[in-house]
Amino acid sequence: MSDTTTERSGDTFGFIRRNIREYGILFALIIIMAFFQVVTGGILFRPVNLTNLFLQNSHIVIMAVGMLLIIVAGHIDLSVGSVAAFVGALAALMVVRLGLPIPVVVVLSLAAGAVIGGIQGYWIAYWKIPSFIVTLAGMLIFRGLTMWILQGQNIGPFPRGFQMIASGFIPDIFGPDKPHTLSLLLGWGAAALILWLQIRARRREEAVGIADEPFAFFAAKNTLIFLALVWISWVLANFRGLPNVFIVMAVLVALYAFISERTTLGRRIYAIGGNAKAAKLSGINSERVVFLTFMNMGMLAALAGIVVSARLNSATPKAGVGFELDVIAAVFIGGASMAGGVGTVIGAVVGAFIMGVMNNGMSILGIGIDYQQVIKGLVLMAAVIFDVSNKSKT
Amino acid sequence: MDAILEMRGITKEFPGVKALDNVNMTIRRGEIRALVGENGAGKSTLMKVLSGVYAHGSYQGDILYNGKPMAFRSIRDSEEQGIVIIHQELALVPQMSIAENIFLGNEIARHGVIDRRETNRRTAGLLAQVGLRESPETKVGTLGMGKQQLIEIAKALSKKVDLLILDEPTSSLNEHDSDALLRLLERFREQGMTAILISHKLNEISQVCDSITVLRDGATVAHHDGMVDESAIIRDMVGRSMNDRYPPRQPQIGKVVMQVRDWTVADPARDGRLLVKEASFELRRGEVLGIAGLMGAGRTELAMSIFGRSMGEFRSGSVALHGKPVDLSTVPAAIRAGLAYVTEDRKSLGLVLEDTIRRNIPLANLPGISRQGVVDRQREGAVARDFRQRINIRSPSVEQRTVNLSGGNQQKVVLAKWLFAGPEILILDEPTRGIDVGAKYEIYTIIRDLAAAGKSIIVISSEMPELLGITDRILIMNEGRLVGEMPTAEATQERIMQVIIRSGQDLTDENVTPEQIEAEAAHV
Repeated sequence: MSDTTTERSGDTFGFIRRNIREYGILFALIIIMAFFQVVTGGILFRPVNLTNLFLQNSHIVIMAVGMLLIIVAGHIDLSVGSVAAFVGALAALMVVRLGLPIPVVVVLSLAAGAVIGGIQGYWIAYWKIPSFIVTLAGMLIFRGLTMWILQGQNIGPFPRGFQMIASGFIPDIFGPDKPHTLSLLLGWGAAALILWLQIRARRREEAVGIADEPFAFFAAKNTLIFLALVWISWVLANFRGLPNVFIVMAVLVALYAFISERTTLGRRIYAIGGNAKAAKLSGINSERVVFLTFMNMGMLAALAGIVVSARLNSATPKAGVGFELDVIAAVFIGGASMAGGVGTVIGAVVGAFIMGVMNNGMSILGIGIDYQQVIKGLVLMAAVIFDVSNKSKT
Repeated sequence: MDAILEMRGITKEFPGVKALDNVNMTIRRGEIRALVGENGAGKSTLMKVLSGVYAHGSYQGDILYNGKPMAFRSIRDSEEQGIVIIHQELALVPQMSIAENIFLGNEIARHGVIDRRETNRRTAGLLAQVGLRESPETKVGTLGMGKQQLIEIAKALSKKVDLLILDEPTSSLNEHDSDALLRLLERFREQGMTAILISHKLNEISQVCDSITVLRDGATVAHHDGMVDESAIIRDMVGRSMNDRYPPRQPQIGKVVMQVRDWTVADPARDGRLLVKEASFELRRGEVLGIAGLMGAGRTELAMSIFGRSMGEFRSGSVALHGKPVDLSTVPAAIRAGLAYVTEDRKSLGLVLEDTIRRNIPLANLPGISRQGVVDRQREGAVARDFRQRINIRSPSVEQRTVNLSGGNQQKVVLAKWLFAGPEILILDEPTRGIDVGAKYEIYTIIRDLAAAGKSIIVISSEMPELLGITDRILIMNEGRLVGEMPTAEATQERIMQVIIRSGQDLTDENVTPEQIEAEAAHV
């Protein structure tokens, strides 16, 4: 056809306008990181701080990938903080009081999270009760149950094996010298793998003429990601290596990005959020998909609960208060739409890191918690205003 | 002649469509004028121009009211002048009382505090005028359609009204309530009020109207003072020439593919009033079957109910495919059985508008582009590009978001989605609504080719020339029933209209009492 050429080369300006949100968010993260690196006098990227950055934000990232799917499906889950606290307390009870082996505890805790998510999802999906209400109730219920099973006290400390889930590092099978060889191998290997996958996908797209992204963008973006990964693994390898939770996080992000972009389940979630009626008339079993999305969220909240209690080395009645707001904010900063149908896993993760870097940077600067809240609120508002104005223009 | 209203040379254009083309209409003071025409003839658009829904400046032409030119910018402007319109869809808040509804937005209040006693007193007076014996405190939601319609009129009377416009006021009323409403209009006329009545029911027009204006394709085609022959009105309404607007075809009709028996659907929102009543028909291989009828006849309800019970509340009926009974109780089951339903409302029921063409096309058949639940993107891209070329979806690429496509191209994407699901039977609901003539021809060609390939197709359309141009056989539906059937070769627009209007009169002749209707409702 005559217009194959326009298809192949893409129209650069139009492409930028269509994808401004995705690049904008990545760009914002870079600017924010650069800003804090400068104003903290280089503390931000010190190996110990970078390691802490990952450790302290892992639970937000873990929950953000699940929340992204919920929000894309057109729902919300306000209960994740309470569920995380509840499962954290449950896990503490099983480890400390019952002395169960750690793998058993992890499996049972995740199962408990899935059951909780499933119960909430059941009312939302099959009874059409608004998710806001069901999960608001869940938020209250599981906060209360957390206090009840903890009897107002903390449970801890944990055996070392349990603590390692959150604060341990991967072992170096090549000996104890620096840099940490296995971390470096994993990090660089992952960077190379991602680059290779991207180039392969690009080749295939070009072969059939659907490469939409201008080549310069493709090259710049992937070079940046590649270098960032290589550099981060280098820095971390020169400290104590990759944290265990970093591996968990990386695997989850890759897995959920794959689910959302490449599977039929992901397609169905986007379709339901984009136009529920059209999805239903296309034969999509919306009820089951929504149910599964909430069940999945419950499981991820449970995982976050384990990570948080392991990191704090105790389960407390106040754990996870306000997590839901951080997670939801991360997803919206990452470009998801309240109306559903729009958003990416990578965006949500970047959103989580924007919040994380700001928390970390402002704490280093000694900015009070009061200002921190205000600034985070303003960033969230700015991101959404950007979305809305961008949408009304196109 | 004392004219209350004169509309001169009104032309209203929407992107790509001329909805009104130089319409002229003069209304005498104190008359009841009927405004008739097919669906889409421009009646509602004309009334929206008159009432200021389409602001002055968005159309061409002049409105003279009491001899003075008017420039309404909103409904509020026209209401100030005494022009009040009552829409087909009632705009009452069911949770609020009659009095609250009547004075909604116009509350009797002092310093923002509502004067409840005065409100109720004035409401009682208005209710007496329209002959409704209900307490002003009664919640509107507890009342039937007929009474709600009267409340709308009382609401209109609460304002200063000189010209009352009613858009199909009786379409959802039973015979008893319709009569009451028409008598009320006559009484208002004695008191000097002028009214415009938009209606499809020629029998009620002949009862109360003084004159008739016929609109067709956005233009006034006829004006009759006093009563005229029904068939003359029908000829005016439908009489347009049929050119080569339809691709030629040689039907090859095979054996029966689908049999629908006694399909009955109720309206869950309205106390089980029946939307579809015992519809039975069959469909053959390679056949294009049309379903004609006025808006609200129950055609969409019938189609969507068969397609996985997607609309209304299924009461009874069965479907057999190739002589064997088949389960169509869910949408996935219907798709598996080989059915596809292409909606009349592509924006809210057909497309995920924010998504691209590529992502919309496989939605009804995701397994077709995936292996073990993982999408094969090359296959997906290939499928999308193939359809784009085959049915000529005009867009820079398949990566275009469907929200940015024209109506005709959106329709093609929805069609592509269902073609990719590989159905044996396609139900197309208003497949050419709101799309331009060129795209229409392309859609007709696709329909023809599908039939030639052995698919069976049902076309629901409110455009009768279209049904006459592309179908082999036409079913006629009215008020939830299939009231007639004719081979397209023997059909004319006049004959179809006659069947519809006669069926409406048959119902009238039965003289259904309110008691009978209530008994029916209680029974179901």
